[in-house]
Amino acid sequence: MLNLKDISVTFNEDTPDEKKALQDIDLTLGEGDFVTVIGSNGAGKSTLMNVISGSQRPDIGSVEINQKNVTLLPEFKRSMFIGRVFQDPMAGTAPSMTIEENLAMAYARNKKRKLQKGVTKKRKELFRDYLLTLNLGLEDRLNAKVGLLSGGERQALSLLMATFTEPDILLLDEHTAALDPSRAELITNLTGDIVKRFNLTTLMVTHNMQQALDLGNRLIMMDKGQIILDIDGKKKQELTIEKLLHEFKRIRGEQLDDDRAILG
Amino acid sequence: MFFSMFGAVESGIIFAIMALGVYLSFRILDFPDLTVDGSFVTGAAVAAVCIVNGVSPVIGTLLAAIAGFFAGNITGILNTKGKINPLLSGILMMTALYSINLRIMGGQPNIPLLNESTVFNMFDSFWGQLGIDEALNGLLGSWGVAPLPSTWIVLFATIVIIIFVKLLIDYFLTTEIGLALRATGDNEKMIRSLSANTDSLKIIGLGISNGLVALSGALIAQNDGFVDLKSGIGMIVIGLASVIIGEALFGKKTIVRTTLAVIGGAIIYRIVVTLALRADFLDTGDMKLISAILVVVALVAPKFISTMKDQRRRQRKRTELNNKVKGAS
Ligand SMILES: Nc1ncnc2c1ncn2[C@@H]1O[C@H](COP(=O)(O)OP(=O)(O)OP(=O)(O)O)[C@@H](O)[C@H]1O
Ligand SMILES: [Mg+2]
Repeated sequence: MLNLKDISVTFNEDTPDEKKALQDIDLTLGEGDFVTVIGSNGAGKSTLMNVISGSQRPDIGSVEINQKNVTLLPEFKRSMFIGRVFQDPMAGTAPSMTIEENLAMAYARNKKRKLQKGVTKKRKELFRDYLLTLNLGLEDRLNAKVGLLSGGERQALSLLMATFTEPDILLLDEHTAALDPSRAELITNLTGDIVKRFNLTTLMVTHNMQQALDLGNRLIMMDKGQIILDIDGKKKQELTIEKLLHEFKRIRGEQLDDDRAILG
Repeated sequence: MFFSMFGAVESGIIFAIMALGVYLSFRILDFPDLTVDGSFVTGAAVAAVCIVNGVSPVIGTLLAAIAGFFAGNITGILNTKGKINPLLSGILMMTALYSINLRIMGGQPNIPLLNESTVFNMFDSFWGQLGIDEALNGLLGSWGVAPLPSTWIVLFATIVIIIFVKLLIDYFLTTEIGLALRATGDNEKMIRSLSANTDSLKIIGLGISNGLVALSGALIAQNDGFVDLKSGIGMIVIGLASVIIGEALFGKKTIVRTTLAVIGGAIIYRIVVTLALRADFLDTGDMKLISAILVVVALVAPKFISTMKDQRRRQRKRTELNNKVKGAS
């Protein structure tokens, strides 16, 4: 489904600020894989997501989606088959437009946009059905401007918009980090449900270790631009936070303390 | 009085087309596009040259709009592909257009259109048969209004055109492409993550915006009976004034409402300017100053009024609370 080969990204090369954000990353995701990504601040998680989505071009290496090399495909074309939810709840929706208009824009993601009405009666019904699954009562507020919604509601809507066209790949970058604990839990649960329902191939970055353990069938840990741990299947199910911290110490030969902020 | 107001409404409606163009760039695309000062004259010049050379005024007017569309495209390309900042892209294009417009006008800074066929007089004989002029002027005359307008066709024609343009914009902004265009101005990162090519959308959006501006220029030239190379100076301020006054007076809850508000704003702007110019100490040279002051007032007044309201509300609350405390003790 997704195939990353030898990806390297260096920022500010040959300056004192040089930063190797990604170093020789190889990563393959099979169809329906749900991978949680953890790692300290600056480990390169967001950069990895940006390379996949096309908003960051790798210095070397290639990105393949569905056996197709998309390394040079611009971001907007790639997003026909990649859904994304950002950390900032403001980032995933257009605030001055209504809920149904936002959904209509997401609906047009994998089609060619035309000079036909974006919101039709039939589509309204469809949107209402999808909104019902969020259990937030948004189905009765189709004509409300999205700017009026709370952060949690907006993030739930963003999640729906990123997923209901069933993209080949779903990228979630700390999409619950800006929410209060109860909202974060709501979005976490929704994420699990939606990914399962559409059987989406998913990469989810999180600083919440418990969340990383609870969700998904595979977990990778990143540090200093490298994937240092990749655990899946039964071993992932048996994983605990203590074991993870222990693993990190074994690999890196150093303590992973709270300052490294791997814990949410 | 009636006569000058009549003229103000007529030209206000034609300028409203330009204001809708400015609304598209400034509000919908969130792109402060200064191309307007140039593209307005481009439209006027293309239409005038066509008409003087015997081309049908309708075709000349359409060609004018197309020329404006291309001018807007280029501003969009400068910004998106050349990565030049929006304001500078517009200024560069506006400056370039000054020379281009002079070329279009064959090196003359002024082209008269008197005694030429225009979109407004080409249907004169048909219009005359309807007898609308006589009926309306007769009615007004019986109320003692004088002098009377020589024809009502311009007013009727511009009303038809502005309604058509408004409905077209309203519809366009609800289409799939229109929604993506609005999102480009609202949250560009988001609509790109939904597979929209924001570069193309900006280029098209600025094209439509300047197409409308040029259409307005073409109609103004035909109504005024001449084109002047310098007639575009300050056009952007007039457009902005119309948008801001309209939004402040008539609201901006929905797109349908806002486009209507912008049209209203353009007409009111014309009326206010016409009234101001009647004052003895002001003459036509003061037009630009009046425009600038109007924009400032329209920007400052709503905020000032709402602060005042808020203060009064709080004052009232405080008195209520005081009274309650007094009553309790
Ligand atoms: N555009 C950029 N220019 C220069 N440096 C950058 C840029 N983007 C990221 N970096 C640097 O690359 C490194 C990796 O950044 P990245 O955002 O991928 O980390 P992250 O794992 O997502 O961290 P966090 O958990 O804080 O979000 C960081 O050191 C960061 O400062
Ligand atoms: Mg990050």
